[in-house]
Amino acid sequence: MRHTLAVLVENNPGVLARVAGLIRRRGFNIDSLAVGPTNDPTISRMTIVVEGDDLVLEQVIKQLRKLIEVIKVSDLTAEEHVDRELVLIKVKAEPAQRSQIIQLVDVFRAHIVDVGRETLIVEATGDEEKIRAIEEILRPFGIKEFVRTGKVAMLRGSRTTSVDGE
Amino acid sequence: MELKGGEILVKCLEELGVEVVFGYPGGAILPVYDALYDADIRHILTRHEQGAAHAADGYARATGRPGVCMATSGPGATNLVTGIANAYMDSVPIIAITGQVARTMIGRDSFQEADITGITLPITKHNYLVQDVNDLARIVREAFHVATTGRPGPVLIDLPRDVAASKTEYREPGPVKLRGYRPPAEGNPEDVARAARLIAEAQRPVIYAGGGVVNSGAHEELRALAEKIMAPVATTLMGIGGFPGDHPLSLGMLGMHGAKYANYAVMESDLLIAVGVRFDDRVTGKLDAFAPEARVIHIDIDPAEIGKNVRVNVAIVGDVKRVLTQLLKCLDEYLVRPGTAWQEKIATWKKEYPLTYRRDGQLKPQAVIQEIYRQTKDRPTRVATDVGQHQMWTAQYYFFSRPRSFISSGGLGTMGFGLPAAIGAQVGCPDELVVSISGDGSIQMNIQELCTAVNYELPVKVAIMNNGFLGMVRQWQELFYNRRYAYTELINPDFVKLAEAYGAEGLRVTREVEVAPALEQAFRSSRPVLIDFVVAREENVLPMVPPGEPIDKMLG
Repeated sequence: MRHTLAVLVENNPGVLARVAGLIRRRGFNIDSLAVGPTNDPTISRMTIVVEGDDLVLEQVIKQLRKLIEVIKVSDLTAEEHVDRELVLIKVKAEPAQRSQIIQLVDVFRAHIVDVGRETLIVEATGDEEKIRAIEEILRPFGIKEFVRTGKVAMLRGSRTTSVDGE
Repeated sequence: MELKGGEILVKCLEELGVEVVFGYPGGAILPVYDALYDADIRHILTRHEQGAAHAADGYARATGRPGVCMATSGPGATNLVTGIANAYMDSVPIIAITGQVARTMIGRDSFQEADITGITLPITKHNYLVQDVNDLARIVREAFHVATTGRPGPVLIDLPRDVAASKTEYREPGPVKLRGYRPPAEGNPEDVARAARLIAEAQRPVIYAGGGVVNSGAHEELRALAEKIMAPVATTLMGIGGFPGDHPLSLGMLGMHGAKYANYAVMESDLLIAVGVRFDDRVTGKLDAFAPEARVIHIDIDPAEIGKNVRVNVAIVGDVKRVLTQLLKCLDEYLVRPGTAWQEKIATWKKEYPLTYRRDGQLKPQAVIQEIYRQTKDRPTRVATDVGQHQMWTAQYYFFSRPRSFISSGGLGTMGFGLPAAIGAQVGCPDELVVSISGDGSIQMNIQELCTAVNYELPVKVAIMNNGFLGMVRQWQELFYNRRYAYTELINPDFVKLAEAYGAEGLRVTREVEVAPALEQAFRSSRPVLIDFVVAREENVLPMVPPGEPIDKMLG
């Protein structure tokens, strides 16, 4: 089963290496990892998607908590949460096909962010399902390049995953 | 007051009560050594950085205080690595301070540059690369705090040469504040109450005690618990000394080379009280066959150890000493009526399956260790070992009655640990007898430290169980590889001459009648003494659980 973890860490150099190294050497698999500073510039937030059964997950969380620079680890999987990922897709677009692509992109409420002579770059945001769907739709035109940020996630409602949050 | 980085570091060490540093100077750490020259701190120059790390480790294990080692950048730092990994595996608080090339030279493959914070990431509790001299005083205090609290462990501070040389105003930093680090203390009272209930219900309880007992100083509480509920106590290698080996309730060591009665008791127990242990594979053997009838109470300070290898019925996260105190109090509410049937069964096993070996006229290493025990049991003694057969015989035939008196590399199993660890223990315990029991293989991995012992007049006694083999490996070859002794036979130097060349005393013993007098002579001497015991070549450590088997399926 896949789990989405929100990990608050000290915004220090090397902290990413500590977290990634720990997960690798304990033999856990990372599906995706997204990291950036929070509104408190001394704290970064990582969203880590890991694959594993409950026992594996319990160990991942406990081992992460042992790192001195890890402030808080929360498993959002079982909670009501929003998760999003951003992708950029460079798709082949001969002039004849452009309007069709633009229409499809519109349906997904995605955007064209670059127009080249033979290509378009599509920017899309959404959950995993939506990203998969847009990839499927664009594949017949020819995807030349594909990049995704990895998932970020947040609890719904007034509850938070902050240092002071529960 | 304006101070240079090196001076700040040394000043912090003084303020933190550091009395000794084990180290080896070099280019990048020179600013620190320059400050150390004027400090009120003793410096022990080992002959190899690995020796410095193990000496700091031995000092910490013997005294309970953090050990400090120091080395220069590059090869100096990488030579500490085995010692740091060793301390990490056995949860020993050491502080490793390494020089680093100047900040502008980092990442450019400079002379004697190694990414030691990167290298030691998986083998330290935490580590620091000091980027700004203004952070240094805070970092040193944090390092000691992290190393010595919670589950102890090594912390490394990497100090670039230019940071060590730059000046700043020194202000004593405030208390350590680490928002991501909150080591547990008390156990959850509800968990403690549930544990007490299980104990009250148990008919066949066994206490399985490990290094956590020694680390938290919980030996008295452990003894009180054992006596209160009349539960026999089996210790891990790391737990030796945490419960008196000569106590009637002692089962000695359990696991691969544990006593049969210890393993039988665990396998038939209906309640396993696991205290400061991690269910290591050397202890459990085949994991899913381990203690099949037992409910399990697991007490440990590290939440990540709970449920890592086995499922438990009650987990209590907290400092072992405090949890045992809570538990003892809680047990007052119960009338614990230990059944005598279990006691009798264990007594029968002890009688039927004693630890023993065949006396056949050859000089037996077990007999040497028994004689060392006989001569030292009534005086304050620390015994350090290396790794291999001699280590297991020491664990089996020397009854340690005090915590921190047995100093051995458990988790990592580092050959070459014994002599430098003994040196560290001797520095920390100058008035006690320190004996390093070693093998002819292990001793040669750090034999240069004999020179350190002579240099600083540290009267450690080195007893080599010399069988001309890498004995434990040979034993495995004999048992599992059809006696194909691939590269385990050793051609050795003359250890007596070698000892003398270093300025120590050297003795050789080849017959059993010479054992006692040689040891008496050595223990009387105020100098370092090496005794080369030329023992039976193909003696095996028995009993033994073959790898992958349940622990009651023992050979021998």
